[in-house]
Amino acid sequence: MRIELEKRAERSKTLAWASPVIAVLATMVTGGLIFAALGKPPLAALWVFFVEPFASLWSLEELVVKATPLILIGVGLSVAYRANVWNIGAEGQLTAGALLGSTVPILFNAWNTPATLLAMLVLGAIGGMLWALIPAVLKIKAGANEILVSLMLVYVAQLLLDWLVRGPWRDPHGYNFPKSVAFENWQTMPTIGEGRLNLGIFIAVLIAVVLAVVMRRTIKGYEVRVMGEAPRAGRFAGFSADRMVLFSFLLSGGLAGLAGVIEVASTVGQLQPNISPGYGFTAIIVAFLGRLDPVGVVIAALMLAASYLGGEAAQIALGISDKAARVFQGVLLFWVLACDTLILYRPRLVRGPTAEAAR
Amino acid sequence: MQNWSALTRRDAMKAALLGSVALAAGNTGAARAADKLKAAWVYVGPVGDFGYSYQHDQGRIAVEKALGDKVATTFVENVPEGPDAERAIERLARDGNQIIFTTSFGFMDPTLKVAKKFPKVKFCHATGYKRADNVSTYSARFYEGRYVIGQIAGKMTKSNVVGYIVSFPIPEVVSGINAFMLGAQSVNPNVKVKIVWVNSWYDPGKEADAAKVLIGQGADIMVQHTDSTAPLQVAQEKGILGFGQSSDMAKFAPKAQITAITDDWDGYYVDQVKEMLAGTWKSTDTWDGMAKGMVVLPPIVNVPDDVKAMAEKTIAGIKDGSIKPFGGKITKQDGSVVENLDDGAILSMNWYVKGIDDKLPG
Repeated sequence: MRIELEKRAERSKTLAWASPVIAVLATMVTGGLIFAALGKPPLAALWVFFVEPFASLWSLEELVVKATPLILIGVGLSVAYRANVWNIGAEGQLTAGALLGSTVPILFNAWNTPATLLAMLVLGAIGGMLWALIPAVLKIKAGANEILVSLMLVYVAQLLLDWLVRGPWRDPHGYNFPKSVAFENWQTMPTIGEGRLNLGIFIAVLIAVVLAVVMRRTIKGYEVRVMGEAPRAGRFAGFSADRMVLFSFLLSGGLAGLAGVIEVASTVGQLQPNISPGYGFTAIIVAFLGRLDPVGVVIAALMLAASYLGGEAAQIALGISDKAARVFQGVLLFWVLACDTLILYRPRLVRGPTAEAAR
Repeated sequence: MQNWSALTRRDAMKAALLGSVALAAGNTGAARAADKLKAAWVYVGPVGDFGYSYQHDQGRIAVEKALGDKVATTFVENVPEGPDAERAIERLARDGNQIIFTTSFGFMDPTLKVAKKFPKVKFCHATGYKRADNVSTYSARFYEGRYVIGQIAGKMTKSNVVGYIVSFPIPEVVSGINAFMLGAQSVNPNVKVKIVWVNSWYDPGKEADAAKVLIGQGADIMVQHTDSTAPLQVAQEKGILGFGQSSDMAKFAPKAQITAITDDWDGYYVDQVKEMLAGTWKSTDTWDGMAKGMVVLPPIVNVPDDVKAMAEKTIAGIKDGSIKPFGGKITKQDGSVVENLDDGAILSMNWYVKGIDDKLPG
């Protein structure tokens, strides 16, 4: 006996909306049980995870700051994945963008006008695009697997960054520690208010909205969907698979590069060996949680950012270990994906051997 | 007024919902936690690494033991040295902690940024060099211990090849390699040091691989400046000797560990918190070594008695100041000679001594 997933003939609109709510409720129950098993008050723990991140202006700002790179990278990836192009190397494109963007403050340190920041942002996006161009061209020209190539290039980019900040780009007044000079004034993103909230989030949301419109209302959006779902039909319609690979990589790579340069020009404020806690990889989860839709990605990015902040708060307020906080994140993802799957598919108990075994 | 009513409503809701005093205190700042001093620690690794972060956490526990109900301590573990660090530190400051220890080099700039925003909160940052009126720095002279284990290794190696696993080429690590080599050369001029950079403070898989590679290249002594117990465990498996790092790792590799370079932060943390309680805390720059008990070598085992006696003599010499690892003439890898290095030169070291089989990255 086994369980089979059967595609539902039509999906319920109500359930599609209710799914995230059910998922959150199921997470609360599971999470509460886990916290109780750890000997922590379950209600207090849930409060810390779900409410604290939204309970003060400071943590709201931090939530948005944390979500910014996830939104930027996530919306780019959602379009690429829709087109069936598997860019797994956004983390490397983020690093490449941060590197190229940082050439401005590091090599031309005296130049400090609004145009400086603009140049940094443009170069950041170009850096990400150039890095993404490598797997794209290798796939088109040599049929190389883009998943492997883009993933391996992550490590190349990170080692390049590591080498640069330990060697040629090291701050000469920094006691040989691996850091570049600190970026100042127009070498950083203008902040809003007292905290770390900066212009980045507005850029991210603007791009998400533009992509949402492109995907829904334009021929390009149609082309992406067709090439993703029915590439043969797309070819008959005159769309080129190679051009789609190129477009997807340039778009998602450019946005990852932009996210990278925004990070170093805001929360980090200089180049150093660690500039991202894996945003490029987390954004893959964000893209799928957001159902590969730009607007969904914005919501998913905020949700995932909240779970990081909640995990941190739980460590401090309740003495829950970092590991338990990660388990809780995992539970949340599990329920969201499970509920989404159950909207599209119906589980069915089947007796007898599998279809393949019967053949 | 509106803010205030929102706050009280929230607190009332919380109290009703949870009846949890701890949580309410967590959100309302220093004013309400006046009876206990709140001290917090930020760790780069998991407290269960049995290495660097574990050792800092032992210091936190020592503070709790020594000062009992006068303090309330908290910690955050696994904080990456990137954009997230500032938020973690600021959260602790907002939670009303009065003194915050940030225990890794990469927390330097985030610590300074938060310290600027919270001038009343005191900060102590480990292994960095930037200070402020409310930011102290502290570190240990790890290199003193490395000189001693270098001597032991120089005596014990038969292949004259020592394997050395390292994290990042920052001055603390580079001066450790050099002190080790100078110690080894003082008893054995033919010794060679082979180096593998794993680019991580804590990565058991990579560290174990590095250990296997080094043993394959003929190393019969394993030294590490990374925090997991993996290299020593590989050493034990392959039947060679080695040294623990940050904490006493004897129970993970009883047959392999000769001794370890352990960091003992207990005294420093207890002192700092006591000064906070007395109201006499001042921004300071602390850099202590074996003499003050900040660097400690657990009992030396798995070696003949004469080697043990030699090492103990060296330890006594370093403690009373008669032996200085970076005293005297030192020949650099490029052949130039330097003499009697001062603290500044040790704290910014970015060159190798002669005889090290490696090129510094960068």
